[in-house]
Amino acid sequence: MKGSVTAMPDKLIAVWNALPYMLGGSLVTMGVVAGAMLIGLFGGIPLAVGQVYGKPALKRIIGIYIWFFRGVPLLVLLFLFYFGLFSLLDINLSAFTVAVIVLGLISAAYQSQIFRGSILSLPEGQLKAARALGMSDFKAVHLIVLPQALRLSIPAWSNEYSIVLKDSAVTYALGVAEIMARTHFVATRTYQHLPLYMAAGLIYLVLTYAGTKGLRILESRVRIRGYSHS
Amino acid sequence: MESAGFVSISEMEPILRVENVRKRYGKREILKGVSLSIRRGELKVLIGPSGGGKSTFLQCINYLVTPDEGDIWLEGRHIDHTHKRELYRYRQQVGMIFQDFNLFDHLSAVQNIEVSLIHVKRMDRKPARERAMAELERVGLRGHADHYPAQLSGGQKQRVSIARALAMDPKVMLLDEPTSALDPELIGEVLSVIKDLVANGMTMIMATHQIGFSRALADEIVFMEDGRILERGPPLKILSDAKCERTREFCSKITELYGEAD
Ligand SMILES: Nc1ncnc2c1ncn2[C@@H]1O[C@H](COP(=O)(O)OP(=O)(O)O)[C@@H](O)[C@H]1O
Ligand SMILES: [Mg+2]
Repeated sequence: MKGSVTAMPDKLIAVWNALPYMLGGSLVTMGVVAGAMLIGLFGGIPLAVGQVYGKPALKRIIGIYIWFFRGVPLLVLLFLFYFGLFSLLDINLSAFTVAVIVLGLISAAYQSQIFRGSILSLPEGQLKAARALGMSDFKAVHLIVLPQALRLSIPAWSNEYSIVLKDSAVTYALGVAEIMARTHFVATRTYQHLPLYMAAGLIYLVLTYAGTKGLRILESRVRIRGYSHS
Repeated sequence: MESAGFVSISEMEPILRVENVRKRYGKREILKGVSLSIRRGELKVLIGPSGGGKSTFLQCINYLVTPDEGDIWLEGRHIDHTHKRELYRYRQQVGMIFQDFNLFDHLSAVQNIEVSLIHVKRMDRKPARERAMAELERVGLRGHADHYPAQLSGGQKQRVSIARALAMDPKVMLLDEPTSALDPELIGEVLSVIKDLVANGMTMIMATHQIGFSRALADEIVFMEDGRILERGPPLKILSDAKCERTREFCSKITELYGEAD
């Protein structure tokens, strides 16, 4: 009885001492999320453009891609790529890299649907006008369609960010030293599950808030003048 | 036309010649063999009931809609629209004005004009800006260069879209009911810009129901219905003394609707 009372501060001190280590995990988490969102962005745009303007065969291939990456659970995909595909191909990638790639490929599937919706919501007359001026389809999409579609996509993109952020916790299963993995590591040694996981949850909430806030600022920065979004 | 290269292209030669354009959507034939030639500096007005195929025909002329059949010659040169580069070059020479303006919403008035100068004509930014400002001046909107489409009235938007087309130095302009989406009090400012184009010798094919304008300025009025040209001729003849019963009916109806004045 007496022993546990004197032990409490020691444990809390252990938690306190673990905080920098856990916060370090948030850098890893942000690395995974940033990498995945970028892959998702640069993958999602061509997928969306192909799905809207492509030939039927291309549309079908993209459809299969999206169906696959939206349909298979994240954990299955992580293991499939990390233990399965890459080791079969004898490609030696770190758990971090595989996490970024897998989350990125999944996000590309989801982001493509965001961009596709935005592209379809634009009045198609603008594309006609661009063509009538002698623009190639590529230029018309690049100069006229995408700048508007991407603006419209920011709110949904912000949502996708918070999903990827939360999904990144699953990559702990590969041993990526992100927030969740580090929290788990400290918890199994200090047995302070409640404060530790609360702290971890808080870190995720702060990261979600910061990201969505940043995107909201971006959204108002790039807002087209005189244009009412509602 | 095989001898076209042999004869020098005189003023009498059509600048644009469109032969036997056919288009079907599914089972419905929208254009049933439409032909039209226009000489330099002429204004031809297309009239006819809604759904008659005017917009489709105009869009076939610059291949925004690909016709199933038909041939087009610009200044005696046959256009091969399957050849991408040739198609893009051809479209630069044929300006198009749409009923609902189709300005690029994310670009200011001056940027709307610049974007094709820079990226299609490959002009440097500075001369492109100067040219764009000059075109805005021409349509009386120099002071609105930095306004975005959402900040412009319908009439102003249409004038910007005309400036945008003119900046490409088109040889022919196609205008698809340029005033139909406008509030009545804004029609005048757009028509007056188009009148200036006529006065400056621009070659134009225009679908419109502005009867007063057409009577005063058109070289020919073409009556289109159900995918065919039923009748064509000088404005006075078509508007008041048409041979075809349908043309007469339609003309008296739009004269009633849109009035004598413009
Ligand atoms: N993309 C399309 N698909 C199917 N039908 C079309 C399409 N575009 C036009 N049409 C049809 O073609 C006909 C002619 O239309 P249009 O050229 O717009 O006539 P107008 O400009 O004289 O009113 C209409 O019946 C219209 O419904
Ligand atoms: Mg029409």
